[in-house]
Amino acid sequence: MSFLRNLGGGLRGLFRKEQVEREMDEELGGYLDTAVNEKMRRGMSREEAMRAARIEMGGAESVKEQVRAVSWESLVETLWQDLEFGLRLLRFNPAFAAAAILSLALGIGANTAIFQLLDAVRLRTLPVKNPEQMVKINIDHRNGASGNFTTRYPELTYGQWEKIRVQQQAFSSVFAWGPNLFNISPGGEVHNVQGLWVSGEFFETLGVEPALGRLLTPADDRPNCNSTGAVISHSFWKHQYAGENSVIGRTLTISRHPFEIIGVTPPDFYGVEVGRYFDIAVPLCAEPIIVGEDSQLRQATGWWLTAMGRLKPGWTLDRAAAQLRAISTGIFEATLPPTFNPEQAKHYLGYKLGAFPGDSGSSELRRNFENPLWFLLALAGLVLLIASANLANLMLARASAREKEMGMRMAVGASRGRLIRQLLAESFLLAGIGAGLGGLLARSLSQILIASLSTQNDPLFVDLGTDWRVLGFTAALAGLACILFGLAPAWRATSVTPGVVLKESGRGTTGGRSGFGFRRILVVSQIALSLMLLVGALLFARSLNNLAMVDAGFRQDGILVTDIDFTALGLSNERRLAFSSELLSQVRAIPGVDSAAIAEIVPLTGNGENHDILMGTSGAPKGEAPVASFNRVSPGFFQTLQTPMLAGRDFDEHDLKGSPNVAIVNEEFARKFANGKNPVGMTFRIGRLRTITPPYEIVGLVKNSKYFALREDAQPIVYTTTAQYDHPDTDAQILIRSNAPSASLLSGVKSAANQAHPGLDITFFPFHKMIQGGLLRDRLMAALSGFFGVLAVVLAAIGLYGVISYMVEGRRNEIGIRMALGAGQKQIIHLVLRETGILLLIGLTAGAVLALATARTAASMLFGLKPTDVLTYVLAVVSLSTVAALASFLPARRAARLDPMVALRNE
Amino acid sequence: MAHKPSGLVQGTLDMLILKTLQLEAMHGYGIAIRIEQISKGVFQVNPGSLFPAFRRLERAGWLKSEWRDTENKRRAKYYALTALGRKQLTGETREWARQTAAIARILEAEA
Repeated sequence: MSFLRNLGGGLRGLFRKEQVEREMDEELGGYLDTAVNEKMRRGMSREEAMRAARIEMGGAESVKEQVRAVSWESLVETLWQDLEFGLRLLRFNPAFAAAAILSLALGIGANTAIFQLLDAVRLRTLPVKNPEQMVKINIDHRNGASGNFTTRYPELTYGQWEKIRVQQQAFSSVFAWGPNLFNISPGGEVHNVQGLWVSGEFFETLGVEPALGRLLTPADDRPNCNSTGAVISHSFWKHQYAGENSVIGRTLTISRHPFEIIGVTPPDFYGVEVGRYFDIAVPLCAEPIIVGEDSQLRQATGWWLTAMGRLKPGWTLDRAAAQLRAISTGIFEATLPPTFNPEQAKHYLGYKLGAFPGDSGSSELRRNFENPLWFLLALAGLVLLIASANLANLMLARASAREKEMGMRMAVGASRGRLIRQLLAESFLLAGIGAGLGGLLARSLSQILIASLSTQNDPLFVDLGTDWRVLGFTAALAGLACILFGLAPAWRATSVTPGVVLKESGRGTTGGRSGFGFRRILVVSQIALSLMLLVGALLFARSLNNLAMVDAGFRQDGILVTDIDFTALGLSNERRLAFSSELLSQVRAIPGVDSAAIAEIVPLTGNGENHDILMGTSGAPKGEAPVASFNRVSPGFFQTLQTPMLAGRDFDEHDLKGSPNVAIVNEEFARKFANGKNPVGMTFRIGRLRTITPPYEIVGLVKNSKYFALREDAQPIVYTTTAQYDHPDTDAQILIRSNAPSASLLSGVKSAANQAHPGLDITFFPFHKMIQGGLLRDRLMAALSGFFGVLAVVLAAIGLYGVISYMVEGRRNEIGIRMALGAGQKQIIHLVLRETGILLLIGLTAGAVLALATARTAASMLFGLKPTDVLTYVLAVVSLSTVAALASFLPARRAARLDPMVALRNE
Repeated sequence: MAHKPSGLVQGTLDMLILKTLQLEAMHGYGIAIRIEQISKGVFQVNPGSLFPAFRRLERAGWLKSEWRDTENKRRAKYYALTALGRKQLTGETREWARQTAAIARILEAEA
């Protein structure tokens, strides 16, 4: 009640200020009049009475001020006045304001952008009903698993999933899913979209309601289904079907098989993988329809699914984990692949299921980028610190320029708190505007970041909404920056003794020490932080350079990879080989093609297979036989990739089925299996699960090359030839080396394929671009840390320049005297640069110690160098010192060119 | 005058104002004079503390004010107690009596 009255009175005071003031004037005037009348009545003359009454009253203005001070609105009012005054000051110094706001906007923007990404991939929960109830069901510590791993995060086989679904008790319902690319082109060039295989419970368990039509249910996911419906995402519906309601009931094709569209998901549902989106979802039972003979559904060794469940009320994660553990033995015994050898079986039977928090879904993006993002956030935070230090420096310079003003105001009665509040208002304005602009900047920055991480085959989707966490983060940054760069200078500026300041003539023999020590500390810390950032930037740049310069064992550029899929023709095993040979010779005949070859596995795509190696022609495997990676290639593969042949020969047209099995191996194979001797002429057998192949004779030795990734160490590789393989593929993956323009090459390949058979599915990708795509994270780290590093050095240089200029200015008289006494220009420059040298030395030492202490966290992201790489530190120190020397040379030269007479005369 | 006017005991001005207004509404000068007269000149209240007190008591809801003509045909702001103000006065008076009695007892005991 009284609070409301207070509020009401206050608001009246604020908005009807004039009336309130007028009433106060009238009341005080009335008081004075009455007092005068009263005194005259007692016999004073009018003048005497007036004088006495005035003395009693003690100044109408001061009484009014005291009355105003009772009410809270006066505080608001002075705050408002402070802000207005601050704004006016900033308008008078547009250059200062622009520099301050720009550096703050950059600093806050970079931080917010990176935090926004972290928020999206790490902190936010899935866009589903009660996400905190979601639990991931994985095999705990699944190491040494054997089999065929498809999809991006294969955790379970279909057999395991079926058992889990029936035997689990912790969840009100469970579901499984697997991501894949779906080719929706009816024929010809492939058009891949993001697909999901989902179990029937998927949408129900997540609590997703359809935006249109209906979603898949367990009834749609019947075993051995021969036709099913498909659910499409809201965005796919919008861009592929223009958002038409008539989409329900229409048909789309996946790998040429028709699916009826039965429903559309709501706009905010992107699936359960953060960082990705989906276009089409079909039931698990449709997998054999789409994939055909490579179907994993009934394969005991086919890993392709991930499972999640919604906890029953009252169940905890621990209790769910315990129940899953309890049913593990039974499940793995029942699903043991019969083809496993004893070693593999032992591993498999030892697996235990576990329960893991699933409220933020699963995310490959998170796994790959969470640490780099935290690291980048730390770097961006350092940049903001440096920018704040710079601003503090500028504010200090202004503060010392306003020392007299402050002294004067304190002398006439302003309190120190009031002055600090006023100075802080200016900082608050700067921080506020900077944060506003930074927030806007962050929106585009984070979008650019995501766009730069997406590739054509790997499009990313991150929901970059601004939520309370992002807003809070930005506000906290602004507040922190404001305190960092505003409070200390304000404190300093008001710590003046009015009498002393007013007496000071602005002329001393050496610069005033007050406030200067603090500015030195600021510059030293700027140098230290810049060195840290520079070291980080150089580490990542050199790491990227190492990756780019690493010898992959083949020439990466000038190769186009094309995949021609003839599954639709339904050819028999015998005719497949002939058909792909026919395709290969057609492609080789295209004008401008230097060479071409078929390969089962294109290096560095992340695909691969490995098997046991048994040297010689006899004997049984002893425990775990050493393994080698495998590839199946046509003659001409090494010539096309330009991998040097070190000994022996390439495959040729005589290596056919029926002739002796031949293989080509790399140097690492020779080192590991032939004690480094030339292996040509040796024989070995291949252990595949429980079977051991007949012997292969090594006919060639090639140079080492990378298999899975550029970062890997050399590994033994065995090449066999496609012509001797029993189960030829229904597609031909052809690597084409050509200097022809890509447009004419593409059309050449298309017409060659059409000549073999019209309407085959064709996919293209340039080899070099694909490899570059694999270095995205490294490029991102190098680019961003480089940007932050340069920004930091520039800011530190500005800070140093400011401090040295200030020093020179303060020591004009001293310099003048020195010159008058005969000091030369050189000595003066030396005098100034010595100051820089001391600051630099302390800053660099502190920075190097800090960098050494923290660089370890980056170790896992580096390639080919240690985080303590000496050359990197030397480079960073040298370049920072150079910039610092340049930044202080300008004021030093100015000092050296002083005319001593002018300097000494100057008051 | 033999004695200089005393400063008010901290926090008692509010109570004195409320007490002064117990019988009738008064304007600022009237209140000041009344306090001075009744205290026989011991308390002299200057406007610098009087008017902030009015504003404070008004905000607390203990006083209300209206503009009226004075006996000299001038307009003046008259202050009067609200119901809440009366309650407050009763409470403060009781508390004051309790405290002064206690203080008196202590002083007598020492004497």
